[in-house]
Amino acid sequence: MRINPNKCVACGNCTYVCPMGAIYIDPQLQRATINRDECVECYACYNGLSKEVLPPRTVRFVRRTLANFRVRFEPEPDVCPTSAFEPDQLEWPRVVRRAFSDPRVPHESTGVSGRGTEEVKTNDVTNRVGIGEVGFTIELGRPGIGARFRDFQEMSRALAKAGVSFEKNNPISTLMTDTSTGDIRPDILNEKVMSAIIEIKVPIERTEEIIRIIWDVEKRIPTQIVLGVGVRCDEDGEEKLVLPILEKLGYNPQRAKTNIGLGRKVIRDLTNAAPVAAPKEMVNA
Amino acid sequence: MTNTLHRYGKSDSFVDDYIVFSLPAKSKAAGQTGDALAAQKRFMAIAAEFKPASLGDALHGGSLRPTRSRSIFGHWGKRNKPNFKRVLEGMSKAGTMAAVFDNRAAAEGFVKRIAEENLGLSVNISSSIVNAKNACDHAGIKRHSIAYSLGFEDVGDNTPGKQAIMLSTMCGHGMLSINFAQKMMSFVRENRRTPKEAAEAMARFCSCGIFNTTRAKRILEDVRIGVK
Repeated sequence: MRINPNKCVACGNCTYVCPMGAIYIDPQLQRATINRDECVECYACYNGLSKEVLPPRTVRFVRRTLANFRVRFEPEPDVCPTSAFEPDQLEWPRVVRRAFSDPRVPHESTGVSGRGTEEVKTNDVTNRVGIGEVGFTIELGRPGIGARFRDFQEMSRALAKAGVSFEKNNPISTLMTDTSTGDIRPDILNEKVMSAIIEIKVPIERTEEIIRIIWDVEKRIPTQIVLGVGVRCDEDGEEKLVLPILEKLGYNPQRAKTNIGLGRKVIRDLTNAAPVAAPKEMVNA
Repeated sequence: MTNTLHRYGKSDSFVDDYIVFSLPAKSKAAGQTGDALAAQKRFMAIAAEFKPASLGDALHGGSLRPTRSRSIFGHWGKRNKPNFKRVLEGMSKAGTMAAVFDNRAAAEGFVKRIAEENLGLSVNISSSIVNAKNACDHAGIKRHSIAYSLGFEDVGDNTPGKQAIMLSTMCGHGMLSINFAQKMMSFVRENRRTPKEAAEAMARFCSCGIFNTTRAKRILEDVRIGVK
C-alpha cells in the first residue's frame, strides 16, 4: 500500500484505522506515511475507509487557515477525504503479507483461502476431528500485534519436535520446507502478517502436553497467541473429555464455535421449494 | 479462519451476541454435492425474517459498508444505513454466510427453523457456550462438535483497555484496529458521536459483516458513563 503524497492532506484519520499502527504523519513531509516494515498489507485503510474526492490543495489551505484559529478540520473519522490510498503491485515475498492479512484475498502464494482451514466448522461432513481426537488452532498475531514467519517457525519447530503432524491444507503448512522439522521457507521468515494459524490434530491424551509446549514457545516469541481447541461431542451432544483437561490447566472457556450437526453429504435440492421472501422492512432497514 | 471465535469477553458479555453461520465443505475429499449457493441464499433469506442485527457475506461484505462520495457534504450526517437487500442480492459464490442476532428469541427461533429446513449445509453458532447449548436444546438437536476459544494468552480480566479489545475483536480478521476503537470510545465520552454512530463507523471495517453493532453500542454506553 502507498499513500499518494499529492493527495494526502495529513488529516490523520488513517493513523487510527491501521491495525498495525504503521501509519504516521511525517513531520517533515507533512503527509501520512507508511512504515513498510510494519505494514502487513491488510488493506484495512484502502478497503475500510470511506472515500471522498475533495481537492487536496483546497483542503490543505482550509486546514492551515483554521489551525491559525485553533479550529480543526475534522472529516468523519472513517473517511479519507481525498482518496489518497493506492495499492502497490506486490512482489514475492511481500505478497504473502497480504495473503495472510486481507481476508478477502485468496492465497495466491499457496492456493489456499483464509488464514486457516474449515477446522471443525464442517466436521459434520468431513469428520476431520474424530472421536478421541483434538484439533488445535494456534493463532499468532492477534489482537493487533501481528507476527513474523520466524515466530511461526519457532512454534512449528517445537510442535514438530514433539512428533505432531500439521494439517496439510493449512496455508502455514504449505509454506513449510519440511513438515517433519517445522522449517518454514527462509525467504519469508522476516515477513510480517496480521495473523495466521498453525493447525494440528492429536489424540485427546496429548492435549495437556501440547498446551504446555505452546506455553513454553510463547515465552520466546514477541507476539500474542490465541488458542482454539476443536473436539467432537458424544452421542448426547455433550463434551466431557477435553473440557476437564482445559479446566485443570486453568482455562475457563466462555466462548465457542458450536457445529450443530446439520451438514450432510448431499445438499438439499431446492428446485421445487417454496421461495422465501425477505420481509420488506428488513430490506432497507 | 477463526474470525468469529475469539471475541474477547466473559460469557455474560455475549448475552446479545449470536453469530449463526453456514458454509459448505469445500474440499473434494469431503464429497459433498448439491447447489450450496442456492441453499445459502435460502439460509440468509430465512435469517432476514428473524430481524438480525447484521447479515454478512464473507466475500462481498456486510450490511454496513464503506461508501464513496464526490460531494464535500457526502458523509455529513447522511451515512449509509444497514442494507440487507444488498447482502442478499450480492451473494454470488458459496462461502461463509453469517447472520448476527442480538437477542436470544431471534437466534433460537432461527436455529430451530434452519434445523427444520434440512438444507445440508454445516451450520455453526459462535457465541457463549451456554447460548449455543440453549439454542440447540430449543431446536431439539444435539451438538456435533465444539471449538473452544481459550482466549488470548496473558490478556487477563484486568487488562487496561479491555473494552477496546472487546470492540476490536468483533472483527476476528483484525480489520478493526484497537486504536480506532479507542478513538471512537473517546468520541462517545466527549459526546462528539453517539454510541450508534460510533458503532456503525467501526462496523464498516468488518468486511465479513459479523460486527455486532448492538453489542458495540452497549459497550460504548458503558464507556460513556465510566463502567469498566
